[in-house]
Amino acid sequence: MLGEGILKGMAETAKNFFGSYFSAERLTTVEYPEERIASYEAARVFPFLIFDSKNTADPADWEAGMRCVACQICEKECPPKCIYIDKSKDKKPSRFDIDISVCMSCQICVEVCPFEAIKMDTVYELSTDDRFGGLLLDRKQLAKSNEYYHRIHPTEAAEVDDRLSEGRAKTDAKMTAGAIAAAIRGAEVPAAAKATPKPVAEGAVADVVADAAAVTKTAERPTGAGN
Amino acid sequence: MHEYLDQIFVLLQHRLMDYLPAAWQPLCGVLLGVVAIVCLFPALFALTTVFERKGLARIQNRIGPNRVGPFGLLQPIADGIKSLTKEDIVPLSADAAVHFLAPVVLVVTVFMGFAVLPMGRNMVLVDMDAGLLFYFAMGASTELAVFMAGWSSRNKYSLMGAMRAVAQMISYEVVLLLSSVTVVMMTGSLSLTKIVEAQNHYSWGLPHWFIFTPWGCAGFVMYAIAATAETNRSPFDLPEGESELVAGYHTEYSGFKFALFFLGEYLAMFSISGLGTTLFLGGWSAPLASLNWIPSWLWFFSKLMMSIFVFIWMRGTLPRLRQDQLMNFAWKFVLPMCLLNLMVAALWRFLGDGWLRWVLCSAILVVAYAGMGLNELRRKQIGPRRYRYAE
Repeated sequence: MLGEGILKGMAETAKNFFGSYFSAERLTTVEYPEERIASYEAARVFPFLIFDSKNTADPADWEAGMRCVACQICEKECPPKCIYIDKSKDKKPSRFDIDISVCMSCQICVEVCPFEAIKMDTVYELSTDDRFGGLLLDRKQLAKSNEYYHRIHPTEAAEVDDRLSEGRAKTDAKMTAGAIAAAIRGAEVPAAAKATPKPVAEGAVADVVADAAAVTKTAERPTGAGN
Repeated sequence: MHEYLDQIFVLLQHRLMDYLPAAWQPLCGVLLGVVAIVCLFPALFALTTVFERKGLARIQNRIGPNRVGPFGLLQPIADGIKSLTKEDIVPLSADAAVHFLAPVVLVVTVFMGFAVLPMGRNMVLVDMDAGLLFYFAMGASTELAVFMAGWSSRNKYSLMGAMRAVAQMISYEVVLLLSSVTVVMMTGSLSLTKIVEAQNHYSWGLPHWFIFTPWGCAGFVMYAIAATAETNRSPFDLPEGESELVAGYHTEYSGFKFALFFLGEYLAMFSISGLGTTLFLGGWSAPLASLNWIPSWLWFFSKLMMSIFVFIWMRGTLPRLRQDQLMNFAWKFVLPMCLLNLMVAALWRFLGDGWLRWVLCSAILVVAYAGMGLNELRRKQIGPRRYRYAE
């Protein structure tokens, strides 16, 4: 007190002043265009669209592997309404524009997307001399490969891939399980019907299943028509 | 040789005057001095803006401007071109004439102060008998310019900034004057050259600067505080407090008029540092008798730049005061100390030579400082903030 605090502060700033000339690690800033600080893994700027490299002949074929199915959930959820989507017949967006002059980087589109098709990018040097067209990114500019996503957000991308393969496995399992269940259900009916005239032999199960498959196929038709 | 270097500018002026008829010589001699001052100090201002930005950057562990020219030294030229080519906006409802005059008046009055500052041996533009009085008269008219700017803009932020500026400058003007009066009491003269002469002698190789006396040291500290407040520098930069008032009294100024305000602020800083140097730090005299071979003007300008560095250093360290703290500090702490310092100076004068006056004067000042400080602190509740309703 009585001014010692001021002297202490002056000493501290003097230490900074002279120290910054002698030890480079004191400097908290870098000379930007030449040097850059690596961005954090969780950094996010504006959204981009992911495509999987499905076309083996041309891995950069973004149109073929686009994950987006133009469900328009992100367009509806976007708070500042900066996403513009047109659907096409093949369940792909024929137009997917993001106006990054409007986008507020809230990441809500990423959170609501059920197809893991839209993610946040880390590119920040986006200045342009065309303030309208230059800031309206179309689907070609937005499309970036899954490998790129792995590069910028490795942990998150690995999680997304796990989730996607898990989901794929689950749907596969569900489909096979559904087929088997349907087969068994179909097999029981004729088995019960045939029970009295002909006792079921142990070795005939395979036959029955094969039969049942044929029966379910015929049985499906009336139920489908009933709906 | 060093005699020649010491007087080089005076000799240069005389040499140039010899080419003119005798009748023109006094007028042209003064004009030459004016031109020298008007060229030198804006150049110094340009350099100071870069050094301030670089110094503040270093204080904050950054690098600072280094793009334009070597080490960023040409930055002021870029800034100058920018402010010259900017649109000069005058608000529709502003008083155009006063709006135009305010920055001009500010810069002119600040420049006038340099007229009486001795910048070296025999290097003073006008050696006035009442130089100090003239200086303070000119210093006080900057308040007029500030108020003109705030009033003519017809903007509430400008007006508030101007009101705050004027309130602050008038309060600290008192302190500034009272802390300088001690020097006048000692030397018995208002002439700044005489004040420097009074300090320009040495015993055991050490100078008799006024800062090395108890009353001079206290006076210098109070002068420095008042000078910081007078020039609206941080931590007393309330008039342009960016976070409260957009930019204070020069909110409605753009382009080169804004640059003139900026120039005025820095010139005021130079001139008030120059006056402080003259009054307390021995003006152009060397700090050691053995260093007298270095030209006197070099000493004056190095002391000036040291003061500027301290200004920048304080700006990089201290947070801005609140308006009530500012006023309380001026009227309740610095002003009483100033009045006491007048008494101490008188005591010093009449106790005569000897160790007694050193002990007595120092003791009075230290006890008063500590007593007033502790009394202030006792009344203040220091510690974690307590909320009445939120807990």
